Amino acid sequence: MKSAVIVFPGSNCDRDLAVAFEAVSGTKPVMVWHRETELPEGIDLIGVPGGFSYGDYLRSGAMAARSPVMRAVAEAAAKGTYVLGVCNGFQVLTESGLLPGALMRNAGIHFVCRDVALTVENSQSIFTSRYEAGEHITVPVAHHDGNYFADAATLDRLEGEGRVAFRYGESVNGSARDIAGILNDAGNVLGMMPHPERVIEAAHGGTDGRRLFEGLVEGLLERA
Amino acid sequence: MKARVFVTLKSGVLDPQGKAIQHALEGLGFGGVNDVRAGKLIELDLAEGTSEADIDAMCRKLLANTVIENYRIEAVG
Repeated sequence: MKSAVIVFPGSNCDRDLAVAFEAVSGTKPVMVWHRETELPEGIDLIGVPGGFSYGDYLRSGAMAARSPVMRAVAEAAAKGTYVLGVCNGFQVLTESGLLPGALMRNAGIHFVCRDVALTVENSQSIFTSRYEAGEHITVPVAHHDGNYFADAATLDRLEGEGRVAFRYGESVNGSARDIAGILNDAGNVLGMMPHPERVIEAAHGGTDGRRLFEGLVEGLLERA
Repeated sequence: MKARVFVTLKSGVLDPQGKAIQHALEGLGFGGVNDVRAGKLIELDLAEGTSEADIDAMCRKLLANTVIENYRIEAVG
């Protein structure tokens, strides 16, 4: 399995995501700088990490979404390459149009940094195959702009098509219908605000994020 | 030539920053502030002859997120 992690100026979870990819797959991902116009050959999985790309100036994820490398990511995603966007990565994916909706300032104004309970809504995707639908897991969040917004028709479509991957067990940031993570229509792109890469080892205080990466690696090896 | 772009949240979209400002104004004793909406002002210094269509494209492609925001362009001078 060959993976890549995109590095934007200001990203601060790129190494965490790379460590998670390597811990589960046994291979180091390629770190790809935002100015690159092409991805290395044969990449199966792209990580768009959390952090504060471009300082979150203008809007969270807005400038990163327009960076040269994101054109290559969009092309790869259209061809079926798997893309995981975490936190700022989720913001980048909505800003770039790879996922619908937008992430706005938390309804409660405050930056939220704590463990939250999530419900796994869909266990059919490659990202959630190692979870049971309806299962409750605990994953940390750390964000200021995690309030997911989409119009009612889009929300209905996401729900109807089983594209809500994770939902908060409580209102964390004002997100529409407590949505914490969504899939694209083809099921190969997942964006989520909580940080699964921060709970892959017992020393992190939890391992509920590990199965997301295990499901991905297992699914990718099956497809190979 | 210069242009100003005003970016505002669409009506109906919750504006937590506006709400915080409203509460702060109330805290200072200003009554009668029914609502506050905060937005962004972006000033562009542009080459002479930049078309309105180009500025509009800048807004749509980067300056505003049209899922949640409206924008208004004002030519200056």
